[in-house]
Amino acid sequence: MSRTRFWRSLDELAGDEELLAALHREFPENAAELLDPVSRRRFLELMGASLALAGATACVRQPAERIVPYVRQPEELVPGKPLYYASAAPRFGAAHGILVESHMGRPTKIEGNPLHPASLGATDAVVQAEILSLYDPDRAQVVLRGGRITTWEAFLATFAALISEQERRGGAGFRLLTPAVTSPTLARQLQLLQQRLPEARFHAFDAAGRDNLRRGALRAFGEYVDTCYRLDRADVIVALDADFLTAMPGSVRYARDFADRRRVRAGQLEMNRLYAFECTPSPTGAMADHRWSVRPSGIEAVARAIGSRLGLAGGAPALPEGIGEAWIDALAEDLRARPGRSLLIAGDAQPPAVHALAHAINAQLGNAGETVVYIDPVAAAPVDQLASLTDLVAAMGAGQVGALGILGCNPVFDAPADLDFTAALASVPVRFHLGLYRDETAEHCHWHVPEAHLLEAWGDLRAWDGTAAVIQPLIEPLYDGHSVHELLAALLGQPERDGYDIVRATWQEAWEAGGLASAGSASADAAPAGAPVAGRTTGAPGVGAAAGPGNDFEAFWKRSIHDGVIPGSEAIPRDAALRADWDLDPGGLPEEGSPAEVAAGRDPGGAAAGSEPAAGQAGGAESAAGQAEGAAVEVLFRPDPTIHDGRHANNGWLQELPKPLTLLTWSNAALLAPATAERLGLANEQHVSIEVAGRSVVAPVWILPGQPDGAVTLHFGYGRRRTGRVGTGTGFDAYPLRTTAGFWDAPGLVRRAGGRTRLATTQHHHSMEGRDLVRVGTLEELRATGGIDVPGGHGHPPGPAESLHPPWSYEGYSWAMQIDLNVCIGCNGCMTACQAENNVPVVGEEQVRAGREMHWLRVDRYWADRLDNPETFFQPLPCMHCENAPCEVVCPVAATVHGDEGLNEMIYNRCVGTRYCANNCPYKVRRFNFLAYADAEGGGVRQLGRNPDVTVRSRGVMEKCTYCVQRINEARITAKNEWRPIRDGEVVPACAQACPTRAISFGDINDPDSEVSRLRAEPLHYGILTELGTRPRTNYLARLRNPNPAIAGDPAGAAVARAADSVEADADAAIARDTDPADTAVAPALADSRGLP
Amino acid sequence: MAAPGPTHDGSRDREPPVIEGDYTFASVTDKISAIVLAGRSPRFWYVGFAVGFVLLQALLVSICYLLLRGVGIWGINSPVGWGFAIINFVWWIGIGHAGTLISAILLLLRQDWRTSINRFAEAMTLFAVACAGLFPLLHMGRPWFAYWMLPYPNTYGVWPQFRSPLVWDVFAVTTYATVSALFWFVGLIPDLATLRDRAERRFARFAYGILAMGWRGSAIHWHRYETAYLLMAGLATPLVVSVHTIVSFDFAMAIIPGWHTTIFPPYFVAGAIYAGFAMVLTLAIPVRRVYGLQDFITERHLRNMAKVMLATGLIVGYGYLMEYFVGWYGGGEYEMYMLNNRLTGPYATHYGLLLLLNIAIPQLLWSTRVRGSELALFLIAMCINVGMWLERFIIVVTSLHRDFLPSSWGMYAGTGWDWATLLGSIGLFLTLMFVFVRLLPMISIFEMRTLVAEEAKPAGGRQP
Repeated sequence: MSRTRFWRSLDELAGDEELLAALHREFPENAAELLDPVSRRRFLELMGASLALAGATACVRQPAERIVPYVRQPEELVPGKPLYYASAAPRFGAAHGILVESHMGRPTKIEGNPLHPASLGATDAVVQAEILSLYDPDRAQVVLRGGRITTWEAFLATFAALISEQERRGGAGFRLLTPAVTSPTLARQLQLLQQRLPEARFHAFDAAGRDNLRRGALRAFGEYVDTCYRLDRADVIVALDADFLTAMPGSVRYARDFADRRRVRAGQLEMNRLYAFECTPSPTGAMADHRWSVRPSGIEAVARAIGSRLGLAGGAPALPEGIGEAWIDALAEDLRARPGRSLLIAGDAQPPAVHALAHAINAQLGNAGETVVYIDPVAAAPVDQLASLTDLVAAMGAGQVGALGILGCNPVFDAPADLDFTAALASVPVRFHLGLYRDETAEHCHWHVPEAHLLEAWGDLRAWDGTAAVIQPLIEPLYDGHSVHELLAALLGQPERDGYDIVRATWQEAWEAGGLASAGSASADAAPAGAPVAGRTTGAPGVGAAAGPGNDFEAFWKRSIHDGVIPGSEAIPRDAALRADWDLDPGGLPEEGSPAEVAAGRDPGGAAAGSEPAAGQAGGAESAAGQAEGAAVEVLFRPDPTIHDGRHANNGWLQELPKPLTLLTWSNAALLAPATAERLGLANEQHVSIEVAGRSVVAPVWILPGQPDGAVTLHFGYGRRRTGRVGTGTGFDAYPLRTTAGFWDAPGLVRRAGGRTRLATTQHHHSMEGRDLVRVGTLEELRATGGIDVPGGHGHPPGPAESLHPPWSYEGYSWAMQIDLNVCIGCNGCMTACQAENNVPVVGEEQVRAGREMHWLRVDRYWADRLDNPETFFQPLPCMHCENAPCEVVCPVAATVHGDEGLNEMIYNRCVGTRYCANNCPYKVRRFNFLAYADAEGGGVRQLGRNPDVTVRSRGVMEKCTYCVQRINEARITAKNEWRPIRDGEVVPACAQACPTRAISFGDINDPDSEVSRLRAEPLHYGILTELGTRPRTNYLARLRNPNPAIAGDPAGAAVARAADSVEADADAAIARDTDPADTAVAPALADSRGLP
Repeated sequence: MAAPGPTHDGSRDREPPVIEGDYTFASVTDKISAIVLAGRSPRFWYVGFAVGFVLLQALLVSICYLLLRGVGIWGINSPVGWGFAIINFVWWIGIGHAGTLISAILLLLRQDWRTSINRFAEAMTLFAVACAGLFPLLHMGRPWFAYWMLPYPNTYGVWPQFRSPLVWDVFAVTTYATVSALFWFVGLIPDLATLRDRAERRFARFAYGILAMGWRGSAIHWHRYETAYLLMAGLATPLVVSVHTIVSFDFAMAIIPGWHTTIFPPYFVAGAIYAGFAMVLTLAIPVRRVYGLQDFITERHLRNMAKVMLATGLIVGYGYLMEYFVGWYGGGEYEMYMLNNRLTGPYATHYGLLLLLNIAIPQLLWSTRVRGSELALFLIAMCINVGMWLERFIIVVTSLHRDFLPSSWGMYAGTGWDWATLLGSIGLFLTLMFVFVRLLPMISIFEMRTLVAEEAKPAGGRQP
């Protein structure tokens, strides 16, 4: 570029009217000067010079990029416009309907499918996080043979030979191990394989499986049935250690139905009532109107006590300590008063007896068919999984297994320790593994085939209520992944069939046979011998065909894929008749004991002889001995709330997601009651050795108020020895303590062990310190007074209203958010949704410990009242978008400013990182990139999954919730194109969209008819810290409780608005590490608090 | 401080004189300029310079690593967004107050005892401000955009946010640094000319000659010098008050309990003077001993400075007290929690130490004997240096770590890099100080000559 040419072109342009206009727009200050003929010359001189300089600075050569245009533009693809595809993701083994957002062929976000019954548009955190697993660079990428890279073709060739060899022997010695099969296509394929190899055996095992549910059904009804709950119909719910809100198949739907019955609005002052008996605190217990901590051994006694008061035979054993007879009387009365409108739910970890009791009580109350719906098992060929796995291990040990395929599970890591699966596995001559990761099991197999992620391959799944959905791929497998269907097709000798054909064939068959509801379930016949088979009526009515549109399969199929739900595939409610001998005859199940034995404290395996589970009330003298000898406790094994049985261990979002209640990240811990910790002289993070049946593990302690005294909860799934870079080595492995006998709980010993592990929690302080942050009242109070009486609460002036300046009037839109604390269950689903939508980076355990987690939206958890059974409150906290935002005035470079629609906007490019805004934010919602977090997440494949509508922030930049401004703008563009204003409900932030309970509403408060405007008129409406004059736009609806007036003296039943109890300070002293960087002396603090009400 | 002028009538002859020994104009000049012009320095200088220089390298390494990785290498986190960097900034800026105060305000108040320490104190101010100036830059997430704080015309058409106290800071600190530097330099000119005239080596003559800006000592020069110096003093005086007032606005304008308080400006200014005098003493006591300047920096100076420290220390103590009173009187729930938390919370030890070092120990200064003891003064000054750093730590950290929402409460502790940067800045300060002592007259030669003349007049016993 020569200089002369440069000037010449400028001269040419100088005469151009357009340029002048442009300059006028660009430099309004100089505009007048421009009109002056004399100074215009000078201006052009200056311009020339500055353009020359600009040219000089613009000499950086941009890297060459090739753009490959579409030769044929795909029909629906508009660059920049995402497309949404319906699919399904497995959750607790059942389908969760999802919509996947895809940008130019890259899936970037998972949302709930509003048409799917398990979702209704919502998701939980785990389903949201599947998108990160898709782009996980640590996923298995190649087919391995003996640890060496080989090809899929090599695998096919080897296994074609193996199968034909097996075929000659009828398949004897051929075994497959899968999780519970809820995919109709997989069930059909297994059935075909069974036909080809009649002697082959297929086993199922899930580390967090529902054996107890199945055994309970067998005991109560003599057959396998699945139980679905209709929480929308239930007025009174009793949860027997059942976390139905977050940890059951269908829990997202349950949460929605539950919340819909708690949405108290002016003129509609009705709420359901929830009683929870819990072995370890869960979101369900936190939502309960009455909650009691019970050791696992006490749950059955509670169930029997309720049953006997409702007229069930069997007598009432003594109640566990801490539970008054009168309370159970009142509870039973409450249930009896609502026949057909009440509900008992038994948790998956509860023994079959409790399940049977729940069935019997529900039947007694007339709930069966009303609030409890029985359906045929959703899983094909339901088996007793523990028995199935035990059979397999026995066969392996006996050398009867010639070839074993482990498809999509990880038994080397998660099988019960007493089976010693790994040792038995070594004796199998041919072992192959299909899995997302080259995990512990892959290490012990000859062949490892990388499994295609659910967004990469075709498949299908049934939901908890039987509704089937097709899983459709959004992207070609990123690595050399193959679905389980493709692998089975290969075993069936049809390696050329692709997933689409296989899945479609299943449904074509079912459609033609008119049995959509039962497709893939008939393979129950293929269950291993000896396992009871559900008495399925073979001639199930062909609703599918009736629901199908005419006889056109193609139309039906297209619609099924489009909607994400196969119409007419949901299970048909059926009757389940209680066996006469449901309680007396234990049905020959191995772990049964007489009720008396059970109440006295189960010791199912007869292991750990001499240990006395009920050491709860040990006195001072005993405690000294306890420290030396270790305290006898009940050890509970539960799946981890975020990484489940370990399968999500390599997912950074889930690792960093605070677990509800403990708010721990990146690790599990031995959860101890404050009283237990006090007795053992333990503080948070100190090591304990936990011994069960001669095996022991060392774990850091986490003191959890609400945990029953004498019970230690261990979440399994951590301590992965082999997964990816994210998950390997985090936490400790609890599986070595888990046995077939003590699968969910077992008696054990806890003793102090030296050492300490630093744990990463996102909240160190748990008391509200008497500040009215979460306002709580009772329904009675609201009915009586029309508001809730909180000191400084409703009716309190919302802050200094006087200002010298007139209020800013918003033309057009004025956005605001409303969060209903009465239905927020604290599941943290919104946090992961926000993380996915807004490219929020994962910072790692060390940075979380340093207090630098980046979540734009957090869910605060507060405890109040008693330490042994506290009130638990959740409060989601996004940016408040204050009208008078303290952050805005202090930013020296105006990087955070107020938008003309009321948003507090953050301009990343302008931010220099003084962090003054974060300091001055009273809500502490601002997040700072202390280090290059986004870069540390890795470029490459991870980059594909980022939301292209949201900037990825660099190091040294402040960020925070934007109210998903990109979604607002998208809605604005759509609305403008259609010449209309944005409709109410058209803008849905990611958090609101994911929320299972629809606790979050968003909209325009300039529109008096919008949902947020209406909610702002509710009597429960309030804002937090309004006395500071910040005028937050994110507001809350107060929390309500609906306690049973007949239950007095129960902590949960007392008036609960007093958050200022001095007890809390003690609780904090005991629990919070921040009071003392060194070990907090728990014991004195706890001792102080014990005498208080 | 209303210390009277030099003794005229013997009524205050218990005050030691501001200059001792029998000095003539020539001997004063010889003594002071010899420190600079003599070829060798005492071993103390080499040792001190080496320590400073080593620490300076720690600073450079810390800064390099900081720029490479980001401020995450420090201990700051989500509730406590400001840490050592801001603490150090306020600490250094506070130390940087004594020089200008001694030079300008005491000049205007005609306190002639200031003469022998003002040069030294001004240099200290300048170097302290240089150290202070580093920290706001380093503490930024993206320091390479620091210039965005300045109101310069740019293509975005964006100005700084003038409502932000940090922008005020930029103006206040840069103005203060500029005026202090000018004031110091103007005051140096006659002495630089003296050095030029006495230097034997060519390079020294040349360098001092350039810096002396053609000073010939003519009456017109002196007249203009006096006018300019007085004007500069007048200009610098309000700055002494304004700089720390504005620095205190960084906190007072925020809404955080413990920051949002109107007492901060006077309390910060008093604290700054307190810290500044402590630092002057910390440096002056060893230097005076090593270079044998007891005749110029006399016991009188030390006593006076001790009195200033005592007075400002009491103002600071009053500030602490009033924080509690206002917190209690205002009845603000968050304010009260913050104050209780300071006393009993996790940083109670820090706060206790602060009260001990800043309030309790300095009360020893009431004693004449303590004021007369070099060692005691040095130790007390050291206590105050540490105490004032702790004060800033308490203000920054305890206010931030537990503010409004208990859910986001956290803890703060400096990391190794935090400490390296703090020690490194001390290294920078020491290095500059030792270079100054080596290259420039640390006591104003010509002003001392004036003092010799003035001392000679009334007493009559001394020879001019």
